[in-house]
Amino acid sequence: MSFSLNGVPVALPQGGTLLQALRGPFGLNGPKLGCAAEACGACHVLLDGVSVPSCALPVEAVAGRVVVTLEGLGTPEDPHPLQTAFLEEQAGQCGYCLSGIIISAAALLRREAKPDEDAVRAALQPHLCRCHSHNRILRAVLRAQAEPHQ
Amino acid sequence: MNLAFNTAPDDRPRLPGSLHVNRRLSQWLEFRADGTVLVRPGKVELGQGILTALTQIVADELDVDPARVALLPATTGVSPNEAVTSGSLSVQESGMALRHAAADARSIFLSVVSQRSGVTPDAIRVEDGAFIGPDGPLGSYWDMAGQGLLEAEASPAAQPKPAAARRLVGTSWPRLDLPAKVFGQARFIHDMRLPGMLHARMVRPPSVGARLLSVGPPAGATLVRDGDFLAVVAASEALADRAAARLKPSWSAGTGLPPDTDAWLRAAPGEDSVVASDGTPAPPTLTREFRRPYFAHASVGLCCALARWDGDALTVWSHTQGPYNLAADLAKALGVPPDAITVIHAEGAGCYGHNGADDVALDAALCARETPGVPVRALWSRAEELGHGPLSPAMLVRVDATTDAAGNLTHWSSHIRSNGHSGRPGRGAVATLLAAPWILGGQPMPASINPPLAGGGGAQRNAVPIYDVPNLQVGLTRITDMPIRSSALRGLGALINVWSIESVMDELAGRAGVDPVEYRLRHLSDPRARAVLEAVAAMAPRAPGWGIAVARYKNLGAWCAVAARVEADERVRCRELWIAADMGEVINPDGAVNQLEGGALHGVSVALHEEARHDGSRITSDSWDTYPVLRFADVPRVTTRLITRPEQPPLGAGEASMAPAIAAIAAGIHAALGVRPTRLPFTPENL
Repeated sequence: MSFSLNGVPVALPQGGTLLQALRGPFGLNGPKLGCAAEACGACHVLLDGVSVPSCALPVEAVAGRVVVTLEGLGTPEDPHPLQTAFLEEQAGQCGYCLSGIIISAAALLRREAKPDEDAVRAALQPHLCRCHSHNRILRAVLRAQAEPHQ
Repeated sequence: MNLAFNTAPDDRPRLPGSLHVNRRLSQWLEFRADGTVLVRPGKVELGQGILTALTQIVADELDVDPARVALLPATTGVSPNEAVTSGSLSVQESGMALRHAAADARSIFLSVVSQRSGVTPDAIRVEDGAFIGPDGPLGSYWDMAGQGLLEAEASPAAQPKPAAARRLVGTSWPRLDLPAKVFGQARFIHDMRLPGMLHARMVRPPSVGARLLSVGPPAGATLVRDGDFLAVVAASEALADRAAARLKPSWSAGTGLPPDTDAWLRAAPGEDSVVASDGTPAPPTLTREFRRPYFAHASVGLCCALARWDGDALTVWSHTQGPYNLAADLAKALGVPPDAITVIHAEGAGCYGHNGADDVALDAALCARETPGVPVRALWSRAEELGHGPLSPAMLVRVDATTDAAGNLTHWSSHIRSNGHSGRPGRGAVATLLAAPWILGGQPMPASINPPLAGGGGAQRNAVPIYDVPNLQVGLTRITDMPIRSSALRGLGALINVWSIESVMDELAGRAGVDPVEYRLRHLSDPRARAVLEAVAAMAPRAPGWGIAVARYKNLGAWCAVAARVEADERVRCRELWIAADMGEVINPDGAVNQLEGGALHGVSVALHEEARHDGSRITSDSWDTYPVLRFADVPRVTTRLITRPEQPPLGAGEASMAPAIAAIAAGIHAALGVRPTRLPFTPENL
């Protein structure tokens, strides 16, 4: 049993949630634990291109599927347009929520080439930003959708 | 050094900020032969961007590229003790200390270069750390690293650069920590993985004051029990979660919580004090009462700490706001000498006041004591975060105002009833960490206190109106029973005090038939308060649901005015906010705007969404379903204007806008509905 993680086939770990596997054996830092109840958005990952919470999803559920985390979107050397836009807009304060938010924004930009602000708000509604950098985040996503996509 | 609790003068020559109590230059700065300068602030990154601002200040003053500045996370025994990172004071206390220390260091190095080269100091310039004379390079900070030049007390005579000579300060330098957070690199305490690290989960009493009667052995984990403190330690997070969930301890009944917070607020015993008294009282022409509930910190991240015992020595990694204060309380709770404990700061998720960061450090230390030499990572759950962390206390404020025949304010009298707003660790004889009373030999949790008004106050923060009032009486009852642990959250008492003052001013303006801006200006002689009020009035077009408010944070800090436009149908929504703020010198304008907007939106969340609830035994608002906060769909547009004054001392940005935002929304609700809110949050049931 295996799945694709950030473009690489990996063996499926046993037991626990997808988030625990990502942060545990796979050593990733992007997805964050915030509530373990799919209510805050911090743990979102792309599962077959759809943004989903990973904190309550049994890891076995991703067998044979494609998982992408924030780390898989881009790197400092080859950033995703969203990562570039978030830095250009300085869209964050503590940054704990950003991984999940960027993942949901990436899923939105895959679905819609030119989402308007209301569409961005709707896509980010599952996500809490308690430092309240929402307006910068909205600007960053709207800025990224103006850029050419990967 | 945390001015809130250290306002006593002493006879030493005055040095800026925390430099006054950490006077050796080498505590703050260390030039290294590799071409970098190590800076050791005692303040910590809470998501507010302080490390970026401090880097700008130091790089500017030393004349080095900011990329050469390395920052050591605050560490007890190594970093200067700057007490607590709180109160929007980090630029004043740490920034001004570092500016002065860096200016002094530059001057010392320049003087040595001059003496050794025979070139007069005036003929030497500093370029990215290199000293350049008329005939070329004369050396650098890095060449002279390790010569002990900073083993000296800072000189009060050191002269930082004039405002006009600063190049980095005043510009929107990008946040140093943001790239790691946007690319998923390890940056948070949650991302730390020490070799062999085990995972701890705590199992809390189901009701306040319940005692642990019995507990069976956990499956796949080690049990940690000390008195009523209960936890499990396991090799992985999944194992620890499962063991904690399956542990079914038996607890006694609790001691109970007051079922009716309103009734409790009115009747609970307390300690009375006079906050301000001037002139004589008079019969009121207007009496109003304002109430607010408990609020939670509700950070998106979970409180986390790592701890390791090596013999009698304890090392703790923590997102505390005050590493030295935490070490002091850990020592009290654990019964070890303070110097046996090292606390190292590691960044957590956004911190808006005294949350559970310190508490979880004790949890980790208690668990790690069972596994000598092996590090343990303790992590709270969402339910602990919302249900066991300190809350910002419920409050009741009564205002009596008297006006003359023209409607102008002649007498102001107010009285506050509230628990204290500070239960921070490290300040009293007894530890104030969550688990401290539960462990064997633990002392009861002390009732929280209020800083003195000269240090910004707690419950009484901003209770004295900034308006010119000939006769003024402000009183405070600090409730000394503390059934729900209460402590500092962004704004402290200012949230209700600014709102109550601005609500009454708005109402008096209406009664007098005077425009609310004009009415405030009639009573406002402080020119900087007038300037922000006039600025925001000019920014925010009058429209249905328009409201405005102004305050000076703590009456000592930044001036901020906020205008709001609200819409009200089945519930109230804030659609737009305008902010004008004067915080004197601004180190990083974009960072300041980010903080001001964040504070104002935090105000929107508190005004329209938040209320921590409890029943007769426990906090019941312990999930995101039961403690809803502002989400994207309801976020208003925000326009911010800074009135910068580079020659004036810098003042903090993080808390100045929150209370005026709440007050502006309240005024907007009155404009939209004709109802004046008197109870937070401004939900349909409270209107």
